[in-house]
Amino acid sequence: MTMPFYVPPEQLVKDRADFARKGIARGRSIAAVEYATGILLLAENPSGTLHKISEIYDRIAFAGVGKFNEFELLRVAGIRHADVKGYMYSRSDVSAKSLVNAFAQTLGNIFTHEVKPFEVELLVAELGVGDQPNRMYRVLYDGTLYDQSGFAAIGGNSEELSERLEAAYRPGLSLEEAVRLAAGAFENGVEGWEGAILDRNGHRRAFRKLTAEEIAECIAAA
Amino acid sequence: MSEPKAPAGGITESPAGFAQVLKAAGLAPTWDGVHGSAADLGLADATTVLAVRYDAGVYMIGDRQATEGYSVAHRRMKKVFPSDDFSAVAISGTAGLAIELVKLFQTELEHYEKLEGTRLSLEGRANFLARLVRQQLPMAFQGLVVVPLFCGFDHLVGSGRLFTFDVVGGRYEEDDFGATGSGSREAKSYLRSHFDPAMDAVEGLSVAMQSLVAAAEQDVATSGPDVRRGIYPNVIRINVDGLVELADEEIAPIADAALEMVR
Repeated sequence: MTMPFYVPPEQLVKDRADFARKGIARGRSIAAVEYATGILLLAENPSGTLHKISEIYDRIAFAGVGKFNEFELLRVAGIRHADVKGYMYSRSDVSAKSLVNAFAQTLGNIFTHEVKPFEVELLVAELGVGDQPNRMYRVLYDGTLYDQSGFAAIGGNSEELSERLEAAYRPGLSLEEAVRLAAGAFENGVEGWEGAILDRNGHRRAFRKLTAEEIAECIAAA
Repeated sequence: MSEPKAPAGGITESPAGFAQVLKAAGLAPTWDGVHGSAADLGLADATTVLAVRYDAGVYMIGDRQATEGYSVAHRRMKKVFPSDDFSAVAISGTAGLAIELVKLFQTELEHYEKLEGTRLSLEGRANFLARLVRQQLPMAFQGLVVVPLFCGFDHLVGSGRLFTFDVVGGRYEEDDFGATGSGSREAKSYLRSHFDPAMDAVEGLSVAMQSLVAAAEQDVATSGPDVRRGIYPNVIRINVDGLVELADEEIAPIADAALEMVR
């Protein structure tokens, strides 16, 4: 009988975290910026069909970076979670907070119990009802949860991106200004954009994808 | 999110819609152990709803009355619902079951749209609705019948389309108009002599309203426009730009004119 080598838990966690971080660093980043009437999500994405940003529920949006199949699995699980809850109780009972809690639980479990952790980072944004504030949450590969306001960034360059967003951000931006600010925070040489907004447009479903032309127009309007 | 490892729509799995998710979670409605007749339960019935094509799309219109036997159960019931941005569903039969069916249908369409990033084809939506109706079959045998009506704008074809159903989940496409409920015979016979495929949006709405008034004249379980209480039929218009639920202010003059015309 072979005895497994003893690995101290500190080492185990560190190895796993390094592995996950390396995987995430290979991917491109996503920025979120609040503007006067909503929240903008902007991703660097050369593919026009493999999306990183999605609608989850009436006022909740999802963005994921890292391994596509892994954040796609979480996205689908998130939509199911929200739809079942809204069907069972009421549409107003679906909240980003309970959703990110579920994401964090799942990611935390996978991080400690599975052979390999998920190489993903998630951003969940929720538009406030009426004059209530918006909410933005960042979920890391190990289930760590951050509550953000104003702006947020996930992905390989999230720290630099976040610093640049912080330097340029001010409350009450127009959508056009927000797109320009977010796009400007990315490094040069972006191959393509994917963008979406949660907007207080009076409709039940606040989520809307921005077309490539809309994004290009906003950036060019400077 | 209890099963993190479950493959989400892996290629070896059949596509899981919202209805299956509910079933897996033990939340889907089941009819196990339902025996006997529901005739004595005194449940509310919804009555006349109809859909009419016009040159650029389709109208769906429904009366507002629900009955329990010979008495009025609800005067302001809604029987015509948007199912997504380009389609609508109307119900007749046992109100409680029908409303739940609509809710499940709406949720399923939105669920699909979010998962796939694209809307289910109109044909696909009609087929799915047919399956929901078929699942109600055991209840239909107990006397709890639900028959919907479905219409929408089909971007693949470039025109408005409408579908009627029967209790066993049969799905029938109509190329002019369709109606269901106790007053549907009157409505259809009115439409048979007044329908014109070249009708524009204004004429289409008038004819649809007139046929509902004609149904209300003859069928005791259908209420026409109730001018005294200000209760007007629900009207949905769908064309290439999407779906609009008409406001009462827009419906009222059309309803008044229809009441004058159909006597």
